[in-house]
Amino acid sequence: MFGKLTLSAIPFDQPIIMGTLLVVMLGGASVFGYVTWQRKWAYLWSEWFTTVDHKKIGVMYIIMALVMLLRGFADAIMMRTQQAMASADAAGYLPPHHYDQIFTAHGDIMIFFMAMPFITGLMNLVVPLQIGARDVAYPFLNSLSFWLTAGGVVLIMASLFIGDFAATGWLAYPPLSELKFSPGVGVDYYIWSLQLSGLGTTLSGINFIVTILKMRAPGMTLMKMPVFTWTALVTNILIVAAFPVLTVALALLGADRYLGMHFFTNDAGGNAMMYVNLIWIWGHPEVYILILPCFGAYSEIIATFSGKPLFGYKSMVYATAAIGVLSFLVWLHHFFTMGSGASVNAFFGIMTMIISVPTGVKLFNWLFTMFRGRVRFTVPVLWTIGFMVTFVIGGVTGVLMAVPGADFVLHNSLFLIAHFHNTIIGGVVFGCLAAMNYWFPKAFGFKLAERWGKASFWCWLVGFYVAFMPLYILGLKGMTRRMNHYANPDWQPYLIVALIGAVIILFGIFFTVLQLYVSVRDRVTLRDPSGDPWGGRTLEWSTSSPAPFYNFAVLPQVRELDQFWTDKQDGVAYMRPNRYEDIHMPRNTGVGVFMGLFGVVLGFALVWHIWWMAALGLAGMVGSFLVRVYDRDTDYWVPAAEVERIERARLMRMQKVGMVGVATPANDEQQAA
Amino acid sequence: MAASSHVSHDHGHDEGHGSLKSYIVGFGLSVLLTLASFGTVMSGVVPHHLMLPGIVVFAVAQLLVQLVFFLHMGTSPGKQGNLAIMLFTLLILAIVVVGSLWVLHNMNVNMMHPALPQVPTE
Repeated sequence: MFGKLTLSAIPFDQPIIMGTLLVVMLGGASVFGYVTWQRKWAYLWSEWFTTVDHKKIGVMYIIMALVMLLRGFADAIMMRTQQAMASADAAGYLPPHHYDQIFTAHGDIMIFFMAMPFITGLMNLVVPLQIGARDVAYPFLNSLSFWLTAGGVVLIMASLFIGDFAATGWLAYPPLSELKFSPGVGVDYYIWSLQLSGLGTTLSGINFIVTILKMRAPGMTLMKMPVFTWTALVTNILIVAAFPVLTVALALLGADRYLGMHFFTNDAGGNAMMYVNLIWIWGHPEVYILILPCFGAYSEIIATFSGKPLFGYKSMVYATAAIGVLSFLVWLHHFFTMGSGASVNAFFGIMTMIISVPTGVKLFNWLFTMFRGRVRFTVPVLWTIGFMVTFVIGGVTGVLMAVPGADFVLHNSLFLIAHFHNTIIGGVVFGCLAAMNYWFPKAFGFKLAERWGKASFWCWLVGFYVAFMPLYILGLKGMTRRMNHYANPDWQPYLIVALIGAVIILFGIFFTVLQLYVSVRDRVTLRDPSGDPWGGRTLEWSTSSPAPFYNFAVLPQVRELDQFWTDKQDGVAYMRPNRYEDIHMPRNTGVGVFMGLFGVVLGFALVWHIWWMAALGLAGMVGSFLVRVYDRDTDYWVPAAEVERIERARLMRMQKVGMVGVATPANDEQQAA
Repeated sequence: MAASSHVSHDHGHDEGHGSLKSYIVGFGLSVLLTLASFGTVMSGVVPHHLMLPGIVVFAVAQLLVQLVFFLHMGTSPGKQGNLAIMLFTLLILAIVVVGSLWVLHNMNVNMMHPALPQVPTE
């Protein structure tokens, strides 16, 4: 009846996991109770869960990413504590099997369920506003993408308490991940949570490509597109090109485990090296999928707060596109040591060095943007400068390891761990937090409190260096990654320092949470009445904060890059049109929620071999989709009078703070709109 | 989808799509090419050693017809986007397939030696 699932799947004998379960259940119960007490379920359902508004979906992605950041960081600090303790005779406090699951879960959660939702959330929030569109091309698909990703989150979180998670490392290399060596359900949880969220990611990639190519405001040619949108375009092209490879690799691994096939087994003709090859054909573009939108965010931030146009816009675009193509030509540098000959290793080593060139170009662009600008040292700028310094170090150690000979020494050592945390924390995490501080007012209508944002930044920056510089040294001393215990007591002091660094980062995370709390509390004083709190350059700042659900009452006309900046210079930025028109908008739908829910049922059933339940989950997904297909009532019109009422209220607010002197009816130019 | 009514502002209408005429021409060509392929093998007119090259040629021609008439590849302004996406897709496919073959072959040569015969010890 319940396949492999029995009550013994719940690890009652593990005090750490049971304690966590207790905390999660108490936390969940109190949130549930609070929402019920406040009678907010109907509000949450109709305004958030069923929304097709790209801004709200973006916010939900980012909230999910922040929650998963806490989970992933909890894993991190447990590992740091274990390694700080488990020297020589001491065994530490984590049994090896649990420790192995923790480092696997840490990697998967941070990449798939923290970084990916964060950048997808940012693209959702910003891209349609930047291109002057009213929503994405396929609003329902967007909601579905989110709920599929959320389904993946539910599965990976369930693995903590019901059964176990993969103990294989974050990419689940065979033969270790094959049934013979990992007979439990851990790898199955891994496969199905990634398949579910990967499907969501691919669909959202398609959605954004179409949105950016087809829905730009009139006059916005590709070379007049804001840089963040450019990076989003390239990132989504990479998603659509790379994620199917991941899907196939995991499906083949699944076929090995479920159907007794031999794609990656040791015997019967299987070749585990093919899995490694495929997973990195996805894996390296994935690195750039994560970092490119962050590059875009830094570009917007540094241009805005330097009060100058971005230096070398065109070279930035070409560098982004070049990185997009080159990122498909470097994957073998993740397995130089697997046994390729000199010609193969040399080719991929050289390509890896070449890909650092466009990245270097970008760095100079940012530096020259700041040069002779009036840089305002706000929180987003601090993150950006912290990124520039930190990322260069990560890039340099990366180029160092691109030399195959050096890589043979450093492969899978803590030097590698330090390198990629150097780029991912220094690049992606800093970028996401910078972007969150920068675009927060556009989502909620008030700014984030500077003080705690700065505290968070300094803790993250200092904590990062304290935590990871010792790992570079340990890597050079020969310590490998993923060690539950080590015999060499010389390593322990460095690992204790690294733990201290992780604790400093913990404060950074705490201050981010505190910043959110304080900002919500003081939201009246932090209010952004203008919609343009930073003196922005791009179209998202031309509409109100928070942006109305239809984004733009009148679609903007674009004649040049940074159109909004030019409009402000010409004094025509806030012109009122002669008359408003009805606006066509998509209706909310709960189908995405149900498909995500049935996806969880399907995934969970497949993990535990409960076949009737799997059939139910699949039928539920297909059935919900069919309901949607036959739903004719998917859109509605916002009457012009309603639009006028909302826009008038905004102008009143702006006049009250003396923002707008000119709210005159439009001139000829505006009539063209 | 709801937002699609706002889409076609900046582009001329449907330049990336076909007309009835182009669909009929495409359909006719693909039927002809299909018949030609079957004819090559079944009619008995074509000498045996030319059969394989023959159907390969017709298959490639068929592919091109489908790309041009049904997937709207071309160099006219409305079709350039389709063409660029197709070429990029082909590039990525080539990198993945050729790259994987190269990498795996190279590793096989280097790593998968047949077991060495036992060296007799004195």
